[in-house]
Amino acid sequence: MWDYTDKVLDHFRNPRNVGLVADADGVGQVGSLACGDALKLTFKLDANKERIADVKFQTFGCASAIASSSALTEIIKGMTLDEAAKVTNRDIADYLGGLPEQKMHCSVMGREALEAAIDNYRSGKTGKKLLDGKVICTCFGVTEEEIIRVTLENSLSTVEEVTNYCKAGGGCGNCKKDIERIIAQVRKEREAATSQHGHEKKVTNLQRIRLIQETMDREIRPMLKKDGGDVELIDVVGSRVIISFRGMCAHCHVADVTMKDVVEAKLREFVAGDIVVEEDRA
Amino acid sequence: MKNVYLDNNATSPVAPEVIDAMLPFFRDLWGNPSSMHYFGGQVRKYIEAARLQVANLIGADPTEIVFTSCGTESDNMAIRGAVESAPRGTRIITSRVEHLAVLSPCRRLREQGYEVVEIGVDSAGALNTDELRKALAAGPSVVSIMWANNETGVVFPVEKLAKMTKDAGGIFHTDAVQAVGKLRIDVRDVPVDMLSLSGHKLHAPKGIAALYVRKGTRLTPILPGGHQENGRRAGTENVPYIVGLGKACELAAWNIKAEMERVAAMRDKLEHGLLTSCPDTMINGDPARRLPNTTNISFQYIEGEAILYHLSDIGIAASSGSACTSGSLEPSHVIRAMGVPFTAAHGSIRFSLSRYNTMEEIDYVIEHMPAIVKRLRALSPFVR
Repeated sequence: MWDYTDKVLDHFRNPRNVGLVADADGVGQVGSLACGDALKLTFKLDANKERIADVKFQTFGCASAIASSSALTEIIKGMTLDEAAKVTNRDIADYLGGLPEQKMHCSVMGREALEAAIDNYRSGKTGKKLLDGKVICTCFGVTEEEIIRVTLENSLSTVEEVTNYCKAGGGCGNCKKDIERIIAQVRKEREAATSQHGHEKKVTNLQRIRLIQETMDREIRPMLKKDGGDVELIDVVGSRVIISFRGMCAHCHVADVTMKDVVEAKLREFVAGDIVVEEDRA
Repeated sequence: MKNVYLDNNATSPVAPEVIDAMLPFFRDLWGNPSSMHYFGGQVRKYIEAARLQVANLIGADPTEIVFTSCGTESDNMAIRGAVESAPRGTRIITSRVEHLAVLSPCRRLREQGYEVVEIGVDSAGALNTDELRKALAAGPSVVSIMWANNETGVVFPVEKLAKMTKDAGGIFHTDAVQAVGKLRIDVRDVPVDMLSLSGHKLHAPKGIAALYVRKGTRLTPILPGGHQENGRRAGTENVPYIVGLGKACELAAWNIKAEMERVAAMRDKLEHGLLTSCPDTMINGDPARRLPNTTNISFQYIEGEAILYHLSDIGIAASSGSACTSGSLEPSHVIRAMGVPFTAAHGSIRFSLSRYNTMEEIDYVIEHMPAIVKRLRALSPFVR
């Protein structure tokens, strides 16, 4: 069985806001029977056409697809359309206390349906997900734009992660090379952006710790995981970052090299030039 | 909580008699059967007794039984072992609906340069024998085709397939892990060269299996080492589990016909009950040629994992061929090979019974399933 949180199971067993809103202002429909999950989202605005007064969903899919749809309706109820437009798949997953990695595409489906519904209201478009741009994954109909978006929003760094988040590459697998190229391209753009204004900005300690954690999750851990290793952030004291190696790295005789050449180098590149990494010996 | 276990094709409960038979070999008789002292040597005879019990279940000679660690090992041993001792240019023929324990080693051999042919099935799950005939005519081959399908329970005409292969001069292996203990199998009547069987599918524990190797079959060991199992499979014998498998085979052989008729009656009642109480349902696989314990039903417009979680909430254990449970993003390769429409593929549920199930349990499932289906269909955008 999947390691679902209690909140996921609750929203699956007792889904909120099921059905179709009568005289809906916006309708969004994504997915298909072939894909294995589909979501139809309908909402109605209040009298001033400002806030989402009522929202309902219909979902074909697994437990986490149903839970993600239910969570989405709870999140956006009462929001203005501008607020709702900013909801990301992360928000849906976080609301549920997290989703298993392989199920993150359920949260992305929620965000897509919401966008389609808002688009439907604002521009009168069909309310179906549009395949704008170049289709990369023909099995699941995922475009380049969509892959770039999930990669950016969720700091993805491997093809496997991209598949988990938007299904691209999960069918015949012929597009895996293309996905690799897109990930590399996104990484390059991100690095360029960081080197322009990332380094010297004044940040609070809290922001700094978050940045360190993000950099480790995005840049360092996937690299170590390839060799069966991992690393955990233990503490941050000024410019000293204390870490602990896990998995294969914990027994690796070249862990010190990894620490300096990989962990420290990456943190210096993305966080601050004066960072010193130490291994927790406690 | 109630525990209605209808997932016996995944694994089956260990028979109490099997546990009792195994225990002395942990506590007292733990010696190494190869040892040159009485303490170890006395264990040997129990292994040979178990070998006879396994052989008796399928009509084999005890010398034709090789103990292995799991069905996957038996399949790998048969396919890779036969290919390695076969002449150059030998091709591998298998079906598209095999278990991954067969498909993966075949695909590995393809990467290593062997030609691999995968025979298709029709919408009822029946094997395309014309395709097989053509493939056999193309040259020497090692054929591996399952006796019965784990997902649909569809039984292949192994006697005919093995004869076709032998007539063409090929080697025939069958993965019979789902069939042994559920169907009467006699290798004296069916000209298979090798047959895999697995303990935990017939009420022995996980971690023990066997490969039947007909006398005279050329087979290169894939696990070289000591002289155990006549040099065909090295490694110190897993004595308690071998004894357990022997006992399980003895129990299965006992009254198999009557027991399986009883199981089939429960399966038929379950199937009929669900098809009549739940609209938009269909059976996957030819109902006339199936294992007595298996039914695979598609509940259209809803998704399998969601059904399984609701079933699990009320203590019913089953399985599904949906994408979310197949470990990939697509429905099971068996369901896809049969061309089951997507409306039904994602909502396929397999119930697999054993002799330990009861009619009361079947009634319980029939009573509760319609509400689950209704509940999920109320959520589905594809139901009007």
